Amino acid sequence: MTDIGRDRILQRLHKAAAQAPDLPPTACLPIAAYDRAQRLERLTTLMSAMRTQIEVTTARDWLDRLREILKNRNLRSLLYSPETDLGRELKAAWPTDPQGLPALCTWKGPIEEFKDELFQIDASITTTLGAIAETGAIVLWPDDKEPRLMSLVPPVHIAVLGSDRIYNSFCEIIQAEKWADHMPTNALLISGPSKTADIEMTLAFGVHGPRELIVLIIDET
Amino acid sequence: MPLYPPKPDKVYFFGTCIIDAIFPRAGLSAIRLLEREGISVVFPRSQSCCGQPAFNSGFPDEARQVARRQLNTFNRDYPVVVPSGSCAGMMKHHYPELFAGDRDKERAFRFSGRVFELGQFLTDVLKIRLADHGNPLKVAWHSSCHAMREMGVIKNAKALLAQLANVQLTELEREYECCGFGGTFAVKHPLISGAMVRDKIDDIVQTGAKRVISGDCGCLLHIRGALDKCGLDVETQHLAEFLWERTNG
Amino acid sequence: MAEPARFDFKQNIAKALKDNQLRNNLRSAMDGLRVKRQDVFDDALELEELRRYGNAVKERALSRLPQLLEQLEQKCTQNGIQVHWAETTDEANHIVLEILQRHKATLLVKGKSMVSEEMHLNRFLARHGIEALETDLGEFIIQLDGETPSHIIVPAVHKNKDQIARTFHAKIPGAPYTEDVEALNRIARATLREKFKAGHAGLSGVNFAVAETGTLCLVENEGNGRMCTTVPPVHIAVMGIEKVVEKLEEIPPLLRLLTGSATGQRITTYFNMITSPRNSGEKDGPLEVHLILLDNGRSRIYADPKLRQTLYCIRCGTCLNHCPVYTRLGGHAYGFLYPGPIGKILMPQIEGLPAAGDLATASTLCNACEEVCPVRIPIPTLIRRVRNESYDASDAAAMPGHGYRRNLMEIITWKTWALVNSRPALNRLIIKLAGRLGRLMPAIGPLKAWTQVRSRPRFAPKSLHQLIREKGVPND
Repeated sequence: MTDIGRDRILQRLHKAAAQAPDLPPTACLPIAAYDRAQRLERLTTLMSAMRTQIEVTTARDWLDRLREILKNRNLRSLLYSPETDLGRELKAAWPTDPQGLPALCTWKGPIEEFKDELFQIDASITTTLGAIAETGAIVLWPDDKEPRLMSLVPPVHIAVLGSDRIYNSFCEIIQAEKWADHMPTNALLISGPSKTADIEMTLAFGVHGPRELIVLIIDET
Repeated sequence: MPLYPPKPDKVYFFGTCIIDAIFPRAGLSAIRLLEREGISVVFPRSQSCCGQPAFNSGFPDEARQVARRQLNTFNRDYPVVVPSGSCAGMMKHHYPELFAGDRDKERAFRFSGRVFELGQFLTDVLKIRLADHGNPLKVAWHSSCHAMREMGVIKNAKALLAQLANVQLTELEREYECCGFGGTFAVKHPLISGAMVRDKIDDIVQTGAKRVISGDCGCLLHIRGALDKCGLDVETQHLAEFLWERTNG
Repeated sequence: MAEPARFDFKQNIAKALKDNQLRNNLRSAMDGLRVKRQDVFDDALELEELRRYGNAVKERALSRLPQLLEQLEQKCTQNGIQVHWAETTDEANHIVLEILQRHKATLLVKGKSMVSEEMHLNRFLARHGIEALETDLGEFIIQLDGETPSHIIVPAVHKNKDQIARTFHAKIPGAPYTEDVEALNRIARATLREKFKAGHAGLSGVNFAVAETGTLCLVENEGNGRMCTTVPPVHIAVMGIEKVVEKLEEIPPLLRLLTGSATGQRITTYFNMITSPRNSGEKDGPLEVHLILLDNGRSRIYADPKLRQTLYCIRCGTCLNHCPVYTRLGGHAYGFLYPGPIGKILMPQIEGLPAAGDLATASTLCNACEEVCPVRIPIPTLIRRVRNESYDASDAAAMPGHGYRRNLMEIITWKTWALVNSRPALNRLIIKLAGRLGRLMPAIGPLKAWTQVRSRPRFAPKSLHQLIREKGVPND
C-alpha cells in the first residue's frame, strides 16, 4: 500500500517540480563574531536569563566549586559516567562518606533495565560538546558513555563546559566541526531548565525535565 | 537616481469613490492644498474607483475592468495623487498583479510607478511647510492598515501633523490594529467588525481627544458610524480637510 | 476535521464574541507573545534579513521537494530510520496502528504534533484499544477536557488557571484543587513522569527534517518531546512532506525564526536532533525509529506555483497572535485544526472550499499576518485567491470544490458595480441619486448588516465630481 502511495506522491511532486525554475542555493547569513571574552559573557548572560546557574571556575577549582554548590542540598544521588575523564576526576575526588553531598551512582545496563532507578536519581553530571554564544545554549552529543536521558530525567543537571569550546553561533559549530558528515544518534542544544508557559502564559520551571541546570565553565584564561 | 521626483507642475488627482460620494470636502481640501503649493491639479471627470472592492472580494475580472478605466483615464505622464493609503496601495502594489498576463500589463506597471499617497506627496515631493492658524487642539490619529503596511506613509502623515504648532497629537494604544472596516468584510461579518471597531473607539475615547484624524475615508466612514451609533461626541476628519482648515487664511 | 455539516462559522463567531472570559484570556496572552517577539527581534534590519533568508530557503527547498524527500528517505534508511509514506490521514493512522500492534503497545506517549491532530490519531487509536496520551502540558490539559487545540503553539490558551484547576481536580485521580500555577505544573509532572516510564511507544511531530543527513529536528521547552522520543523502545515521527530542508546549515536561521516568531525566544530550552535509533553499545533511545511522511493534499497544493507558498509555513503561529480577528475569536470558532490567517488559506485547500472556504471571508486583509510571517508567505494575496476560487467554477481554478459560492446575486452585484464604475455618466448619476435618496434607502441586506453596529452612511448632498465642476478644476 505505502509503496504505491509513495510512488504516487513522488510522481505528483516530480511533475509539478519539473515546471519550476531552478533556484540557486541560498547564501549563508553572516556568522556573528565575538571575541573569547564576549562569547563567555554573552553565553553567561543569555543562559542566566533562562534561569541557568552559570559558574565560571578553573580546572583546579571546579570540584571544590561543585561540592560547594551541592552541599546540603538534600540530594541523595548524583549520576555520572565513570568512563569519561570528567567522571574519573570526579570519582577520584569524591569523598567515600559524602556528608551532605549526594552519593555517586552510575548508569547500569540498557534503559529498559535501568528505568526505575533512573527516575529516582536526584542529579546528574555530564560533559558537553561545546556551547553557542549567539543564542545562549550548551551542546551535547550523548553517547554510550553518557546516555541521552542523563541530561533529562534527574531533576538537577550539571554540565561541564570548557570556555574554549564556546562557538560564536550554531551555524559556526555545524560548519567548523563538519556536523553534516557525521551526525550522532542524537544531538542536543539546551538553553536552560525545562519550562512551560502553557497555563496563563505563566512561566514555570521543571515541568518534565530538570528543574535546575547548572553549567560549570572551566575558564583557563 | 533620486528616491522621489522633483516638484512637478501638474498632477492628476484621484478622488476615490468613498470621498466622491461621502467625504467630498476631503477631496476638495486636498486639491486646494496642492494648488496652494503652485501645482496645477487635473481632475479627470471619467475617473471612478480603484477596483479594490471587487479585487478583495474575489472578483478580479470586474476589478480589472474598473481598474482599466483608471488606466485609460489617467493616461498622461503626470503623478497620480491619491488621498487614501488603501486606494493608493491598490493602484501601486496590486495593479501589477491584477494585470499580470494582460495586454495592459506594461501600462499598469508604469501607472503604478506614478501613484503617490497624498501625505507622502506633500512631504516627500513637495516638502510642504505648514503654518498653523488654529486654536490649541488635541487630536488622535488613526492609521489605516494599507497606509501603514502597504504604503508605509504613516510617518509622513505624522510629520504633517507635527508641523501644526497648536495641534497636540495623541497616539492610540493599539494604533497598529485594524479598525475592522475591510470593505465588504464590514457587512459580511458585522459582528467581528463591530467588536473590532468598538475596541478602536474605546481606544480613541481613552485619549481624551475630541477629534480623530486619518488619511483614509474607508476607516473614517466606519469609525464615524460606530461613534455615532454609540452616541459619542468625537469628530472624525480626513487629514487633508484638517490640514486645510488649520492652515487656510 | 470538524464535519462540514456541523460547522456553522457565523454561529461560532457569535458565540466566541459573547465570551468575555475567552476574550480576556486571549488578549493578555496574545499581547504578551507579541511583545516578546518584538523584544527578541529588536533589530529590524536583521529580522528582514532573516525573513528573506527563511523565504529563500523554503522556496528553494520546495522547488526541489521530490528530490529532497528521496534524499531524506535514503539517508534515514541508511541511518536505520524506517520511512513510510501516507497519501491520506487514514493511511497514516493505519501505519501507526500497525507499528503499535506489532509491538503489542497499548500506551502511546505523544509529544506535540499538529500533524497527528490533523490525522485525528488519538480518536483512531482509541477505537483500536490504544491509549494515546498527550504529554505537552497544554495538549494534556485540553485532552483531559476532550477539546482540540485553540492555538498552534499554545493549545490551551483559551483557558485560565481556574478552569484548569477544576479540570485537574475532576479528571486526575488524587489531584487536589489548586489555582497555583506551580502546583498545577507539579501535578502534571508527577502524573506524566509515570506515563513516560510506562509508555510502550512515543510519537512526535517534526519541525524540520534535514535531507543531507536524514536528521529529524524537534523544538520544545518542556522536555516531554525528549521523553517521548528517548524513553520508550519505539519512536514514531509524523511529518507533513513540506517540512524537509536541504542542508543542516540552513537549520540555525530557520530555528531562530521559528522560536522568535512563536514565543519570542532566542532559542527554546531544547533543540533535539535525531538521526538514528539506538546504536549498538548505546544505552538508551528507541530501538526503532519510524518516520511517516504525510501528503494529505499537500502535493496538490504544491502543483500550483502560487498556492505552493502555503507550504512554506513553519507553524510558528505568529500570524494568529497578530491577527485582529483571531485574537477576538480564538481558535475553536474556526472549526478546523489550523485557525487564524494560515488556517484561512491552508484549510480550504486541504478540506476543500465547500467545507472550509468560508474561513477566508473572515479577514479585513489588514496585512498584519504578512508583515510578521517569518518565511514571508503572502497570506492576504492567498486569502484573495481563496475568495476568488470560491466563485470561480472554470477550469482555471485549482482548489477542490472551487466555484461553490457562485451565485447569481453576487455575480449580478459585481457586474453592475463594474458597469457603473466603468461608465462615467452612469457613475455620476448613481452617486447623485445616492446623495439625494441615500437616506431613504431601506435598511436591508448589506445596509442592515452595516447599521447593526454603525449609523448609516451619510451621503454628501453634492459629490466631489459636482463640487469640482463648480470649482472649475481642469479635466485634462
